[in-house]
Amino acid sequence: MLWDTFILAFREIRRHVLRSLLTVLGIVIGVASVITMVTLGNGATVQVTEQIASLGSNLMMVSPGKGGHGQRSIAPPFKLADAEAIAREIRSLAAVAPSSNQGVTAIFGNENWATTLTGSDNQYFNVRNWTIKTGRIFSNSELRAGAAVCVIGETVREKLFGKQEALGKRIRLGKLSFQVIGLLQSKGQSTMGMDQDDTVIIPLRAFQRRISGNQDIGMIQVSAAEGASTEKVQEDIEHLMRERRHISSSEDDDFNVRDLKEIVKMLTGTTQVLTALLSAVAAVSLLVGGIGIMNIMLVSVTERTREIGIRLAIGALESEVLMQFLVEAVVLSSSGGLFGIILGLSACAGLKGVLQVPFIFNPGIVILAFLFSAAVGVVFGYFPARKAAGLDPIEALRHE
Amino acid sequence: MIQSEQTDRQTLIKLQGVRKIYGTGQAAMEALRGIDLHIEEGDFVAVMGPSGSGKSTCLNILGCLDTPSYGDYIFKGITVNGLDRNQRAHLRRNYLGFVFQGYNLLSRTSALENIELPLIYRGVHIKERQRLAIQALDAVGLRGWESHTPSELSGGQQQRVAIARAIVTKPAVLMADEPTGNLDTVRGHEIMDLLVELNKTQGITIVMVTHEPDMAAYTKRTVHFLDGLIESDKQNGKIK
Repeated sequence: MLWDTFILAFREIRRHVLRSLLTVLGIVIGVASVITMVTLGNGATVQVTEQIASLGSNLMMVSPGKGGHGQRSIAPPFKLADAEAIAREIRSLAAVAPSSNQGVTAIFGNENWATTLTGSDNQYFNVRNWTIKTGRIFSNSELRAGAAVCVIGETVREKLFGKQEALGKRIRLGKLSFQVIGLLQSKGQSTMGMDQDDTVIIPLRAFQRRISGNQDIGMIQVSAAEGASTEKVQEDIEHLMRERRHISSSEDDDFNVRDLKEIVKMLTGTTQVLTALLSAVAAVSLLVGGIGIMNIMLVSVTERTREIGIRLAIGALESEVLMQFLVEAVVLSSSGGLFGIILGLSACAGLKGVLQVPFIFNPGIVILAFLFSAAVGVVFGYFPARKAAGLDPIEALRHE
Repeated sequence: MIQSEQTDRQTLIKLQGVRKIYGTGQAAMEALRGIDLHIEEGDFVAVMGPSGSGKSTCLNILGCLDTPSYGDYIFKGITVNGLDRNQRAHLRRNYLGFVFQGYNLLSRTSALENIELPLIYRGVHIKERQRLAIQALDAVGLRGWESHTPSELSGGQQQRVAIARAIVTKPAVLMADEPTGNLDTVRGHEIMDLLVELNKTQGITIVMVTHEPDMAAYTKRTVHFLDGLIESDKQNGKIK
């Protein structure tokens, strides 16, 4: 009986293909946007989470200047002594790495590649979670002397050396020649679309003497010890730096301490707000879709009054007529849901490349979206079905 | 001879003092003003009368589509006037078949599927359904027209399909509301021949509303309605 009802519903929908398609459009759009938003949101969240791991756990960046980039030049730069003071006086730190960076063109043979050059010490590899694929990190004497050696990222190696062996070769950075002593393990892209592997690292002293020509430090990167409160560490650093930079209590900081976790939290927060907002839009779309289905079902009941009369006269129970129209509404809305799911998933697969967000299939949301679209059919199909079932067979048979 | 045969038969339909009033107060209209009618199994009754005489109202009550305002309707020993919509639907499904003036087939649905419809509501399995439907189609002489939709059939053929749909469940009574009303005389007589044959060979009791004396002449008994009352109730001497 139920099977017959389903066949009947499909046949009825097939009779009005265009009408049915237009009717379920609202549902299709609603479901497709839910699927797209949640899938992309999930992808972004996963990406951000991976980002935390790749950047280094509990990473904090201390840099001169206020929050905004525009004021950076006004604030006095850090010196090596600042980094040493942080390392000496702040407790529960795992590593402190002073660093400076600058854009530079790396040249090897006929190949050249514009990249970012960072001067730092071995602590830098710890705070940024870099591992060495081949070769080695800097030796103490190299760091002290500011030797012309460098560790390069995978992108730089590939661009300059291609299939050739890179270790031991000399590359030119600016006007000087540096020997490649280590290759970094690839990390891939960051959330903001930056290629993390596009980097060259040299000893800090080499950077100061041979590249920048001063004793400044662009940034001090700090990683808090496992289990330590990053808030506490951040507070301590702010305290210490205010003291060292002689900032009176009425003045604002002329430096800032950014906790990476906060950035990550902010990023995920944005994603979540966006997802919630678009889900609300999707919910409205589903509601409108549901009303569309109700409208068409009411039209259908009026159109088919005679048919309902025949069925009732022949011996259909009220509940059977109710079921027939309810099943029709549910088949309509859930096929809309199915279309929406397919559309949403293909949109995600298509946008993967454009937005550079990984495609993470979430079966839970697909099932939920499908059940929800079916529920829309039940809710909005009930009233028209009730109306059909309640018709008087004599009146219905007289209907023209 | 006829008399003894009738006493052997079971009374199928019994109307006792049935009144039907539409509307209330000043606007109240009494369509039936006290009907007493007995119909036995195997009978073929023509209900005649001018428009507004209450014959259609009476057929609706007999067909369990409507209930009397006053009086009793006893069908197969069941008091119908006390039943709700669903219980009456069960009675229709199990014991009654309907043929209407306007055929009332489902459009864009094949003849066979139209005939299967009442069997679906009886919960008959698809194979058995098709077998019975083909049998019924055979009985009305439309073998080979299974897959045609109503719009591809003539009026007479549509009415045959409607009759097949009504008899496919082997009902106790066939209610026919002016079955020949939309047909020309030749087709009308063909339909009447078919009904007579079904009454004779399958023993189906038939109650038929008509206003054509020609068609009424095919039946065994004619009941005349006038102004909501039975004016006359006669056995037809000769069955054509």
